[in-house]
Amino acid sequence: MKKPWSVVTALLLGSALLTACGSGSGTTGAESGTINLGANLELSGQVSAYGSSAKDGMQLAVDEINQAGGVLGKKLNLIALDNQSDTTQSTTIAQKLIEQKVVAILGPATTGNTMAELNVATDAKIPIITPTGTAAKITVDPNTGKVNEYAFRTCFIDPFQGTVGADFARKDLNAKTAVLYVAQDSDYAKGLADAFKKEFEKQGGKVIDSEQYTSTDSDFRATLTRIKSMNPDLLYIPNYYQDVGKIIKQARELGMNQPILGGDGYDSDTLVQIAGAKNTNNVFFTNHYSSDDPDQKIQDFVKKFQAKYNRKPDGFAALGYDTVRLVADAIKRAGSTDPVKIKDALAQTKNFDAVTGTMSIDAQHNPVKAAVVIEMKDGKQVFRTKIQPTT
Amino acid sequence: MTTFIQQLVNGLSVGSIYALIALGYTMVYGIIKLINFAHGDVFMVGAFVAYFSYTVLHLGFLGSLIVSMAACAVLGVVIERFAYRPLRKSTRIAALITAIGVSLFLENAGIIAVGAQARGYPSMLPSRSINVGGVTISVQQIGIIVLSVVLMVILQYIVHRTKMGKAMRAVAYDAEAAQLMGIDVDRTISFTFAIGSALAAAAGVIYGAYYSAIDPLMGIMPGLKAFIAAVLGGIGIIPGAMVGGLVLGMIETLVQSLGFSLWRDAVAFALLILILLIKPEGLFGKHAREKV
Repeated sequence: MKKPWSVVTALLLGSALLTACGSGSGTTGAESGTINLGANLELSGQVSAYGSSAKDGMQLAVDEINQAGGVLGKKLNLIALDNQSDTTQSTTIAQKLIEQKVVAILGPATTGNTMAELNVATDAKIPIITPTGTAAKITVDPNTGKVNEYAFRTCFIDPFQGTVGADFARKDLNAKTAVLYVAQDSDYAKGLADAFKKEFEKQGGKVIDSEQYTSTDSDFRATLTRIKSMNPDLLYIPNYYQDVGKIIKQARELGMNQPILGGDGYDSDTLVQIAGAKNTNNVFFTNHYSSDDPDQKIQDFVKKFQAKYNRKPDGFAALGYDTVRLVADAIKRAGSTDPVKIKDALAQTKNFDAVTGTMSIDAQHNPVKAAVVIEMKDGKQVFRTKIQPTT
Repeated sequence: MTTFIQQLVNGLSVGSIYALIALGYTMVYGIIKLINFAHGDVFMVGAFVAYFSYTVLHLGFLGSLIVSMAACAVLGVVIERFAYRPLRKSTRIAALITAIGVSLFLENAGIIAVGAQARGYPSMLPSRSINVGGVTISVQQIGIIVLSVVLMVILQYIVHRTKMGKAMRAVAYDAEAAQLMGIDVDRTISFTFAIGSALAAAAGVIYGAYYSAIDPLMGIMPGLKAFIAAVLGGIGIIPGAMVGGLVLGMIETLVQSLGFSLWRDAVAFALLILILLIKPEGLFGKHAREKV
């Protein structure tokens, strides 16, 4: 029984090589006149929607740059491999990409998969740039507080949204008092809530109460009734759409018409289904980008993307697009395709003009850039405003 | 004051849902002394059947409710026939473990069939609210309370006034003696499962409409809470399940309204431990010494 297995293995290896070479014109990279960019993305599996969308954005940027003559006189070549939304696969894919002499790895789209390739890439001295991994620990080691030299991202980190939300609540909604309603089993929700509280109080607002729940709850009416009696100007409820949908519905049914504010976890149609379209009025959330943003740069991008893929680009597509352009810009500034020099150039990025906002990379390798606030109107997302970070 | 009354309304609605599920729990226990842990998952199946009847077959609220109750009645009978009946002569712990197995089976089959993600439930009942002096009561809340009272009354009627009810009570009292008196024990037990499961389905539909989101694991917590309610009222006693559900709902709401929302489940389970320590026969149970 040894033979059939070896045949299967050989076939698998062969097909892997084929797919790898199929998308690239060679493995010699810079010498043959192309610059290889590796993309380690979730193209199948649980969160394939994220990876596929990011890949479309990346490909659009690569095509555009190549049409305009490439970088340093060489064409970019995107080698996108599928990590199957799996951490082990993500490590393997990173290794494969490094073997193909890529100058940088773009992706993966999620925090866990990005963490999985971190050591491999760092050892090989290849910079990685995740378009959408939002956890702080990707770029800064939480145990030592040291910055991971080769890790970058194009999205802002979680707590930043809380700060932006607080700014919006004070300045645009003119809220003086707020109540936080926080899922205790969600790091995401807690991170946002802490950041919100800090900034809201710094700007003269008052957080009058902080209520808690866990994501297994379905009945929020008792706590909401309690919050109602305090009559705050605003509710800050940072979490994902499933819980928030229920809370919005129950709050509105109890006659609470205050603005409800949250983060990018609201960005799903299921939220509207659960809450009911009417109940989502006066609901706001911070997000990476809005395709409704009247900004000419964004509208141009939306048009180009729609022409190529026949759908509106979501946040993942926009961030994927920006990631390629950010790397191309770094290569240009470095004047070299040496990964270490690209890494240094990435760290020194200042006022880079991206679709998701003009960004500078800070000392912790996070982009400093604007966030958008989206307002819900009868279940539809409407661009409300863009908020620059207060530094 | 309005806040207090509002909390009372909240507690009543939560309690009514617990009561509805507990009714089925308590009936099955009453007749074959089996804690049917799959009951909460039948509740989940009921919610999903109504979801598809409503969105795909467009049957309307009443039609979906009836289809879902009928489907779950059949499911209950099937579960009893294939999972519990073969073990009826075995130890009670064997039957209990099987019930847990059926529960896990239904949950995971649900995940395979419809996916693990929560989905929005259509608002089958009008989501209008009535405002009485600052207290808002939604049409759904009134519906839940009325429905659970009506179902309890019907159940009491069936158990105490019909021939089938008489048979159920006889089987509950002594199955072998009942058989000697010419009662078809298997049929009676199947009937009990059918009614119990149909009630769970009704609760599932109401739950879905009230909270507007359903997922394959939605039955776990309400199932456990209904179990507490049934024990609280005296397991096997129908009015006891009703009162137990309402009391539990009220206590949970009270805990939450005082700002201890994270303690809610802990208090509910502490209540279970307390009742088992102090009055294991439940609030409505009579203390009966087991005869040897």
